[in-house]
Amino acid sequence: MAEKNYAFYPGCSSQKGASAANYLTSVNAVCNKLALRLTAIPDWNCCGASISYAGGSELSRQVLNARNLALAEKHLPGQDVVATCAACWLAARETREQLVASEPLRADANEALEVAGLEYQGKAKVRHMVEVLIEDLGLETLAKPVVKALEGLKIAGYVGCQTNRPFGIAGESFENPQYLDRLIEAAGATALSDYDQKVTCCGGALAFTEPEKSQAQIKMIVESAYDQGADMIVTPCPLCQANVEVYQSQINEKQGTKLNMPVVYYSELLATAYGASAKEAGLDGHLIAPDKLIDAAEKR
Amino acid sequence: MSEADHSSAYRREFLAEVEREVEGGTWVKMCMQCGVCAGSCPFGPHWEHSPQKIFMMIRAGQREAVLRSESMWLCTSCYNCVVRCPRQLPVTHIMHGLASYAQKLGLAPKLQATRDFSLQFWENCTRTGRVNEMRLTLGLYFREGLVAGFKQAWAMRTVAWGLLRAGRLNPAELVGGHRCADANGIKAMLAKAREIEARRKAQHGH
Ligand code: SF4
Ligand code: SF4
Repeated sequence: MAEKNYAFYPGCSSQKGASAANYLTSVNAVCNKLALRLTAIPDWNCCGASISYAGGSELSRQVLNARNLALAEKHLPGQDVVATCAACWLAARETREQLVASEPLRADANEALEVAGLEYQGKAKVRHMVEVLIEDLGLETLAKPVVKALEGLKIAGYVGCQTNRPFGIAGESFENPQYLDRLIEAAGATALSDYDQKVTCCGGALAFTEPEKSQAQIKMIVESAYDQGADMIVTPCPLCQANVEVYQSQINEKQGTKLNMPVVYYSELLATAYGASAKEAGLDGHLIAPDKLIDAAEKR
Repeated sequence: MSEADHSSAYRREFLAEVEREVEGGTWVKMCMQCGVCAGSCPFGPHWEHSPQKIFMMIRAGQREAVLRSESMWLCTSCYNCVVRCPRQLPVTHIMHGLASYAQKLGLAPKLQATRDFSLQFWENCTRTGRVNEMRLTLGLYFREGLVAGFKQAWAMRTVAWGLLRAGRLNPAELVGGHRCADANGIKAMLAKAREIEARRKAQHGH
């Protein structure tokens, strides 16, 4: 397989010891198998996420993202920027579109970037890892390295918000996107196509500040997966993953429920199907162990 | 100028202020009051003023009520509204913009947790160029003082322990943590951005 190169934007939550550290582990395992070469953007910074709006002004937040794009253009010319985190992708892509659309805005951003010795020319494109998998490789190619088809595993594909809106994956519907189900099937598992909470918001950053309201959302997301007979939930978003997994124990404490639904990344699923060990696939990074996936990984 | 004319000019004044000061503000007049956004917010039942209502209030000149509203702070950035609005208003951005403007004017509700978190997040991520999740979490728990903080931390102990064991929370971040090599360059760049914005405002303003 010919190698493909990308300027990688891992994002804060993917760092060692951070809340989505195991996402990165599994992405690395998948990319190795698919000859996708990710080179981290040197000295990349935080995207500001959606939640920083009260502290950061509009231009400050754009400049923060433009810095990463400029660094990618400088050090990894000609490569698309690829993010694994939905919020990183959204913030960086939104900035790119705004700067490309407006000459004066780009001039302002570059005036600020100049202070840090950088310039953004509007070249580097911003993409999500899922886009790379589906658009640059395609489902057929994704199915090829499968050595352990995850047969019989029933999975609720939870797309969430920011991987899906406002940009989403080209050609997909915002209200009922299909790509995650197709990815699940590429790993040999069964996608529960009637999972009705696939694009429900988990509360995002407000899971911290509005716990009751967010946990009501999370409860719906998990209960619907149970209703469909799911063995686990699969998601492309680090915040969705963390929120939906982590708060189940709180909901149980408060409401006497017995929620215990594993929530894993699409990349953990693929990595396992490609023959990675539980550790290589990031399966050891959970509060609710995805037992059936771990069993599959450990089966030789 | 008759009484009626005067009041409508006053009403338009707030719309003009929003257009000038708020991200996406020039879109507000395009709202056709269809109500689609109002049914789209995940925390919708808790919003006193839905986005639709807020746009109507802006046009009616209800400055205080809009800027003091708690509703914008309930926006989860889900972007449902943006993809559904038939007039393609950037509703998410306008909600954030209004919240941010209210904050700047000191009108935002003081004890709003999301307001605090938003400010702390920006502080946190621009300090070293990378988010420090440990400090961010504790900063939020302890925002109302020590006792409340320990109570919250205690309530979350099983979650924290689970994350720790899973290698997804690192107490060492309290003292060190990830950072950008050019953290100073980032600070200087952001200071410059604010300077440029102030200059633009002075040019376009009054
Ligand atoms: S969906 Fe758009 S046009 Fe309809 S009320 Fe909301 S902002 Fe206005
Ligand atoms: S992005 Fe905000 S305003 Fe728009 S639907 Fe979601 S919560 Fe409501």
